[in-house]
Amino acid sequence: MVGRAMELAAATRSAFLGNGVESCLSPKACRSSFRTPTTTTTPGQIVMTSNFEKTNPYADELKKTAAFISAPGKGILASDESNATTGKRLATVGLDNTVENRQAWRELLYSAPGLGNYISGTIMFDETLFQSSRAGVPFVDILKEQGILPGIKVDTGLQPIDGTDGETATQGLDGLAERCQRYYKQGARFAKWRAVLKVDNEVLPSSTAILENAHGLARYAQICQANGLVPIVEPEVTLGEGDYSIERTAYISEKVNSHVFRLLNEYNVILEGILLKPNMILPGLDVPTPAPEEVARYTVRTMFRSVPGAVPGIHFLSGGMSEEEATLNLQALQAYGPTPWSLTFSYGRALQSSTLKMWAGQEENWQAAQERLVALAKANSDAQLGKYKGPHPSPGGQRILQALRLGGAGK
Amino acid sequence: MVAAVGMSQVSSSGIKWSFCGTSLERKAAAASKATNVAFAVRAAGYDEELVKTAKTIASPGRGILAIDESNATCGKRLASVGLENNEVNRQAYRQLLCTTPGLGEYISGAIMFEETLYQSTSDGRKMVDCLVEGGIIPGIKVDKGLVPLAGSNDESWCQGLDGLASRTAAYYKQGARFAKWRTVVSIPNGPSELAVTEAAWGLARYAAICQDTGLVPIVEPEVLLDGSHGIDTTLEVAERVWSKVFYFLAENNVLFEGILLKPSMVTPGAECPERATPEQVAEYTLKMLRRRVPPAVPGIMFLSGGQSEVEATLNLNAMNQSPNPWHVSFSYARALQNSVLKTWKGQPENLEAAQKALLVRAKANSLAQLGKYSAEGEAKEAKEGMFVKGYTY
Repeated sequence: MVGRAMELAAATRSAFLGNGVESCLSPKACRSSFRTPTTTTTPGQIVMTSNFEKTNPYADELKKTAAFISAPGKGILASDESNATTGKRLATVGLDNTVENRQAWRELLYSAPGLGNYISGTIMFDETLFQSSRAGVPFVDILKEQGILPGIKVDTGLQPIDGTDGETATQGLDGLAERCQRYYKQGARFAKWRAVLKVDNEVLPSSTAILENAHGLARYAQICQANGLVPIVEPEVTLGEGDYSIERTAYISEKVNSHVFRLLNEYNVILEGILLKPNMILPGLDVPTPAPEEVARYTVRTMFRSVPGAVPGIHFLSGGMSEEEATLNLQALQAYGPTPWSLTFSYGRALQSSTLKMWAGQEENWQAAQERLVALAKANSDAQLGKYKGPHPSPGGQRILQALRLGGAGK
Repeated sequence: MVAAVGMSQVSSSGIKWSFCGTSLERKAAAASKATNVAFAVRAAGYDEELVKTAKTIASPGRGILAIDESNATCGKRLASVGLENNEVNRQAYRQLLCTTPGLGEYISGAIMFEETLYQSTSDGRKMVDCLVEGGIIPGIKVDKGLVPLAGSNDESWCQGLDGLASRTAAYYKQGARFAKWRTVVSIPNGPSELAVTEAAWGLARYAAICQDTGLVPIVEPEVLLDGSHGIDTTLEVAERVWSKVFYFLAENNVLFEGILLKPSMVTPGAECPERATPEQVAEYTLKMLRRRVPPAVPGIMFLSGGQSEVEATLNLNAMNQSPNPWHVSFSYARALQNSVLKTWKGQPENLEAAQKALLVRAKANSLAQLGKYSAEGEAKEAKEGMFVKGYTY
């Protein structure tokens, strides 16, 4: 280990001083030039660190993409439900889980007029990235027209970790590099991988689950960056049954984030080229829903304690919050500015729930459903800017819960 | 933004935890499962005070005066002006510094060595009282110095954890409100993973213990200037070190709003032929900090580590040209004391002039903290480098 460190140190030195300056390695010879200020890099030039960053041709682009997605007033539409999960959603409005229905549903979302004013990126499922509208226009082109970057879910689902109390690991590292390349070619510019941690009053999450999920996220993030995709790092401490306190969630979220960042750093992931997708800090389902100000206080405190400023954007998941709750909580966060990262959204259910209900598969409802989507997107965009004023397009809803689904991502 | 955390009370049967008035005693059945902390009981009830102290030290236009040289090192300082290394001379010198009128406008905290914490001036006033009256918070060096790290590549580790809790409690009683622990990593020697891990873990344990007894810990893993490496290497090493430091701080449940950092700036090695401008140093250093330091930390107080007085000030100034998520300031020893010593020369008749010299340097760095410093009119001596190869405290 030490020998290797010495090797690396020597290699870095000689790489740096390469072209014929070897004689200056002797301290005496250099004494006279010690005080002469000479500049190497010009101010403002990209400052490289690890070999990974130095040799990565995408380094610059990753940072620009991440900055674009997390721009003020913008957020992400998460529409990457696997076919199986999409099927469950379609079933709630009486639709069969067919390719055509999934295609129509996503076409409704992506072609909603004006969506690009509020949405900077949308996460897609594998099938959807390669799909077209019913008139044959590729979705990636429709999104490009809208000024929305396509993103892609790259994990292949949750698996149980044996010996734990129902905790999960996320799969998807095998062949990930090749998949990323294929997705980049198709037009995707960012990716997403959802790690899930359960929390309770005493024992969950276990250190096993934390380490496993942090590792998966770090490896995924590095592979994505090596292949041109900005990784959304999502360590979700999931909203669940129980009476665990908001303080408990905050503490566990800090711990999880600490492990995640430790491993991201270990793998030399370029922090200016990632986005974080955490949960807001909420108590267990058996505890009364806290006011937005309380959620905001704990959430921002947790972010301040665990997220370095180099990360450009924190895109909160909605994870079961009602549509209105998701907007109000997002707005409440902004009172704690200024922050080094933007506090914004990556919402799935909180943008789609009532939209889907309005459409219900009926052509005559198409426009109204699209208007609902854009209204929801605008509400959250306003909230990101701290400018949201009611009434909410979808007021007073219930929590929108979904069970953890195990098994590979459905075809 | 700091929520109320539980208080721990030690009873004869062990520790009871309470949260918001409800007692939670660890159930036997649960204890056999996993040993998770339910939530962090940080800083044993001192959390509000720690946050306040840290914020006061990290106040605009102010920084730390480090005068915690061990007796041996102080001896070197005294020797440079022809004085013998005895308690009287050390007292005279520290008295000069601690009683400088108006110092508190630029200095928010002073780190002392143990001897000085318990010393009085020649006219019988306690050093700590002189500082507090001047608006300066007393701090105390609590580490026990660097010793060879077995199994490493000739590297060091920092001692001082044994009995630390009782020492810090005593220092608090004497009036100290913050502490400092300096460990080092050496780039010419690697640094090895072992050295980095040991440095980070020692700092984390020290920080947790300090907070438990009411002292704000200054976290100082110095990446030594020694070496001929370029600035890119320094950046890489600094990122490695700080990544481990924050990970272990979190593992030890340290309250980030109640710590201060004392990093070295990211510069080329002392023997590197390629030098860096203050703007480059600022760019690299701020990049490193943004990548590694959670914004919850209130203040980052740079060490000077052998830079000249003017260099240290220019670099600090360059880092304060735009807003940062944390207060970016100084904790300087040599870069504040050098001119003072040269002016004093150990002569009582030079006392006033020496104190003025201290104010000049303190004010310069205060302006640098505000991003408003200019090096015009600085004396030649202030620009001389103070790097000493293999420097030991």
